[in-house]
Amino acid sequence: MSYVGIVLISHSPKIVEGLKELIREVIQDVPIELAGGTEENEIGTSMEKIMKAVNDADKGKGVILFYDIGSAKMNAEMAIEMLETEAILVEAPLVEGSYVAAVESGMGKSLMEIVNAMEKNF
Amino acid sequence: MELRVEDAIQWFTKVNEKIQENKDYLTSLDQVIGDSDHGINMARGFQEVENKLSTQEYQEVADVLKEVAMTLISKVGGASGPLFGTAFLKFSQAVKGINPVDYTSFTSGIEEALQGVMHRGKATTGEKTMIDVWAPVVHSFQEAHDFEDNPFLKVAKQAMEDTKDIMATKGRAAYFKGKSIGYIDPGAASTYLIFEALEEVIKGSK
Repeated sequence: MSYVGIVLISHSPKIVEGLKELIREVIQDVPIELAGGTEENEIGTSMEKIMKAVNDADKGKGVILFYDIGSAKMNAEMAIEMLETEAILVEAPLVEGSYVAAVESGMGKSLMEIVNAMEKNF
Repeated sequence: MELRVEDAIQWFTKVNEKIQENKDYLTSLDQVIGDSDHGINMARGFQEVENKLSTQEYQEVADVLKEVAMTLISKVGGASGPLFGTAFLKFSQAVKGINPVDYTSFTSGIEEALQGVMHRGKATTGEKTMIDVWAPVVHSFQEAHDFEDNPFLKVAKQAMEDTKDIMATKGRAAYFKGKSIGYIDPGAASTYLIFEALEEVIKGSK
């Protein structure tokens, strides 16, 4: 069975590493890819990192993206525009949002169902 | 004048020099109302632009602008990367196939650049951002008829200084609310440097 993939985007690599660890406590099978920091792993975000994370997280059911602040959003939007993958950036808190999305994805929900759940919950 | 490939390269070579010279100044502006990385990010991005432009060959102005755009998008790191990157990418698309770039096409190019920044940042004028410099400069290009008789640099300087009086409502500076009044917006300052460099290229070609 394949799941909707999740991409966690943050200015800090450590934030998304910690978040992935938190989610993996309960959800093991859902693809989670990280795009934290710049190419040099400094504070910032990178469109190329996000593109790679989306590609890696895509298992055929689409990808949902979460971000923290500022340039993360713009870089994520550009990454999505450049890719063919079905990918949606949602306006939900990074930690709670991605946690709930991982649970929903683990239940076999579709990308649109998860996006709707985010809109309803946050 | 018309903008040729070598003029475009010279333009961004000068932008890089100015950004490097003003790196600490830009960062100091960002210290007050942001996260203190504007100068560092811009310096890293434009240094990379310079490295590319000085070693590659380009067929037309649009190719130079595209190289600038893609480099800024991937190397800047902060919000300025996607914003300036989108500006020059839209500019590039608007002048594709036109070489050299005449005044009218250049004007269309910066109109598209401004639209791109507004769309990417979901921002408009009066929010204390780089748009507060881009927009009046675009207007100045629309009003004038050639590069030489266009007071765009004066317009840009005034517009940059006017950002002091605006309270930030976009970007991270918005978190500082009223405290943002009294300071020039860092993105407005770097946009001014871009147009200062353009003015020097135009003067130099006379």
